[in-house]
Amino acid sequence: MPDDANAFQTALALILGGDPDLIGIVALSLQVSLSAVLIAALIALPLGAALALWRFPGRGAVIVMLNALMGLPPVVAGLAVYLLLSRAGPLGEFGLLFTPGAMVIAQVILVLPIIAALTRQQVEELHGEYREQLTSLGVSRPRRIPTLLWDARLGLTTVMLAGFGRASAEVGAVMIVGGNIDGVTRVMTTAIVLETSKGNLPLALGLGMVLLVLVALVNAAAHLVGETAQRRLG
Amino acid sequence: MNDMRRLPMAAIPSLALEGVGFTHRGQTLLHPLDLRLAGCQRTLVMGPNGAGKSLLMRLAHGLLAPSSGRVSWEGRPPRQAMVFQRPVLLKRSALANLTYVLAINGTPYRRRKPLAREALERFGLATLEKRPARVLSGGEQQRLALARAWLVDPEVLFLDEPTAALDPAAIQAVESAVGDFHRRGTRILMTTHDLQQARRLADDIVLLFGGRLVEHSPAERFFSDPQTPEARAFIRGELVW
Amino acid sequence: MKKAGLTLVAIGLAGLSLGVSARDEAPYIILASTTSTEASGLFDAIIPPFTEKTGIEVRVVAVGTGQAFEIARRGDADSLLVHDTAGEKRFVEEGYGSERADVMANDFVLIGPGEDPAGISEADTVEQAFTRIAEAAAPFASRGDDSGTNRAERRLWQAAGVEPGGEWYRELGSGMGPTLNTAAGMNAYVMADRATWVAFDNRQDLELLFEGDEALFNPYGSVLIAPERHPHLKHDLAEQWHEWLLSEQGQAAIADFEVKGQPLFFPSAAE
Repeated sequence: MPDDANAFQTALALILGGDPDLIGIVALSLQVSLSAVLIAALIALPLGAALALWRFPGRGAVIVMLNALMGLPPVVAGLAVYLLLSRAGPLGEFGLLFTPGAMVIAQVILVLPIIAALTRQQVEELHGEYREQLTSLGVSRPRRIPTLLWDARLGLTTVMLAGFGRASAEVGAVMIVGGNIDGVTRVMTTAIVLETSKGNLPLALGLGMVLLVLVALVNAAAHLVGETAQRRLG
Repeated sequence: MNDMRRLPMAAIPSLALEGVGFTHRGQTLLHPLDLRLAGCQRTLVMGPNGAGKSLLMRLAHGLLAPSSGRVSWEGRPPRQAMVFQRPVLLKRSALANLTYVLAINGTPYRRRKPLAREALERFGLATLEKRPARVLSGGEQQRLALARAWLVDPEVLFLDEPTAALDPAAIQAVESAVGDFHRRGTRILMTTHDLQQARRLADDIVLLFGGRLVEHSPAERFFSDPQTPEARAFIRGELVW
Repeated sequence: MKKAGLTLVAIGLAGLSLGVSARDEAPYIILASTTSTEASGLFDAIIPPFTEKTGIEVRVVAVGTGQAFEIARRGDADSLLVHDTAGEKRFVEEGYGSERADVMANDFVLIGPGEDPAGISEADTVEQAFTRIAEAAAPFASRGDDSGTNRAERRLWQAAGVEPGGEWYRELGSGMGPTLNTAAGMNAYVMADRATWVAFDNRQDLELLFEGDEALFNPYGSVLIAPERHPHLKHDLAEQWHEWLLSEQGQAAIADFEVKGQPLFFPSAAE
C-alpha cells in the first residue's frame, strides 16, 4: 500500500507549490468539464422538460433509454466519439481528435443523459403540482418549459452538479479522444492514470486529492448560489 | 384593466353544459346534467363533500374533458380565471408571480411591473412584493392568487372553495374581492359548503348531491322556498359531509 | 440532410473547441507512441531540443503498440514511434507507412519476487527462464493487450515451447505500468521493458531477476505515414521529426537520457 501520509504531503505540496504544469492541468480539467456540463445542460434541460410535458408513442422507451444511458461506460462514449472524429470517420475533416474540443464532445455525451433524465423526473413532478394552474392561465406547452425549469432551479442545480461530477471524474473517454497529450489534453484524471502507470502512487493519490478539492469547491460555489437564491426567492 | 365596468354585460358569452357527465375508472362521479349560466351572475355551487362541486368547476373551466355531453360557450370562449382552494403559486417573488401572468397574456414588458404593483396594492400586498410567494401566509397566498386572477381581467371567474382553509379575516378579504370582481362585470362561479357565505354572496344557487344536480334556482327562492327534499335538508344543516 | 445536420453540429463544436483550446497554434505533429516510452520520461528529454531547433511541437499520444498502429492506420497520427519491428514492416508493406527506420533500442528484463521461487536468476537463456516459470507454475503477469511488449513475450513463450495458460498465467489487458503495479501486488513474474522498470517506483518485493539475453533485445522504429493514404497529414513536419531522430543530434539526445543515473535507450540509427 502507498504511504498515505506521504500522499497527503504530496497533495499539499502540489496545491501550495503552485506548480505551473499542475495549474495548467487543473485549469484544463475545469474548462473541459464545465464546458461539457454547460453545453449538455443547454440541450438536456429543455429536452428533459419537453419529455415531461409531451405524451407521444414511444415515450416510455425514450425514458428507459435515457435512464440506461446514464450508465454508459465512459470508454464506450470515448470510443464512439473517437470513431466519429477520426480522420477515417464522418467528422474527421474537422481535425478535432486529440484536442480539448473532442474531450468536451465526449463528456457532453456522458453528461447529457444524466441531466435530461433527472430533469424529466423533476419537471414532471413539479408539473403535477402546476398543471391545473398553468392550464387555467392558458400557458401553452412550449411556454411551460422555461416556467418549470426556472421553478425547479434548485433541484436542477443539483442535477447539473451530478453531471459535473460524472464529467470531472471520468477518465475513459478523455483518455481515448484526448490522447493525454502533455500540455494539450492532459487533465487531472488522465494525469492520475499516467502517474499510476509510472508506479508513482503517492503523486497519483495526491493529484486525486487535488481533484477532490476542486470538485468540492465547485459544489460549494453552486451550494452558495443556491442558498442565496433560496433566501431571495423561496 | 381598470375599474371601469365592462358594458354591456350581456356581452359575456353564456355557458351551456349539456348532458355533461364524468366517469373515472368505471365510477360515475358526475351524472349527466344540464346547466346554463348567462349574464353577470354570482352562482354558488353547494353540496356536501364528494358531491362533485370541484369536478363541475373543472369541467366548466375546461381543465377536464367530460366523459359525456359537451361544454360550450355561446359564441367565443370568454377570458377566464380560476382560484383554487390551495393556491398554486410559482416559486418566485409575489411580484414575479403577477408579472408572469402579464407576460403570458402578452402585456408589453415595460407595463408589467406597474400593473402588477397596482394589483398588489389593491389586494393589500404592496409591502410583500419581494417576498417569496411560497412563504406568505395562507390568507396572503389566496389574496395573491386573486390578484393574479384580477390581472387576467376575466369575464368569468371560477373559485373552488377559496375560503375553506382560511381564518375569518382572510375569508372576509376573499369575499370582498369577489365583490370587486363582480362589480367590475365578472361572472362568478364559486363552490362553498358554507351556507352563510352563500347567503351573503349568491345570486343563484346550484345544489349538487351524490354527483347529481338537484336544484338550480335564484338564491332568494332557494333559501325561502327550496324545491327539493335534498335542498330542504341541506338548508336545515342535515345533509352533512 | 443528415449529413448537413452533422456538419452543422461539427462546425458548432469546432468553434467551441477553438474557444477551449485558445492556445497558440504553433506547428505541431501528433506522434503515436507507446506507454513505455512515455512513462520512462524519454519524450521530456528529447522533444524540447527538437522543438527548439525546428519550432515544431510534438504531441505524444501514448498507447499500446496495437492501438498506435490502429490510430496511424486511420490517419489520426502524423508519425509512429513503436517497438514491434515485424508489425512496423508489415505496416509499410501494406502501404500505410512510407518509411521505417531503426531509432533506438532498449531491452526487456524479467522481473519477479525477490525470493525467486522458479529460480530464473540462474537460468542460462530466456527460454530456460520461461520454461522454469511454467514448470513451477509460478504466477506470471502478462500485459495481454497486444502491445509490442506483449507480442515479444508471446514470441518468447513460443520459442520456449510453452503454451502459457492456466491458473498461474494471468493476462491483465493493461499497459506496462499498471501491469507492474498488479505484479507487485500479487508477487508475480513479469516481463517489462527496462525503461519502464527503471522509472517505476512502486516495486514492493519485485526485483530484476534475468537480463542480457540477445532474445530480449527491444528495438524501436520510427515510421512515416504514407502520404497517398492520408494526404491531409503533416508529412513535411513528420519527416523533419523522423530525420531529426536519426540525426546526430537526435541520437545523442537519446543516448544522454538517463533515469536514476542509468541510460535507458541506446541509439541504433543505421548511419
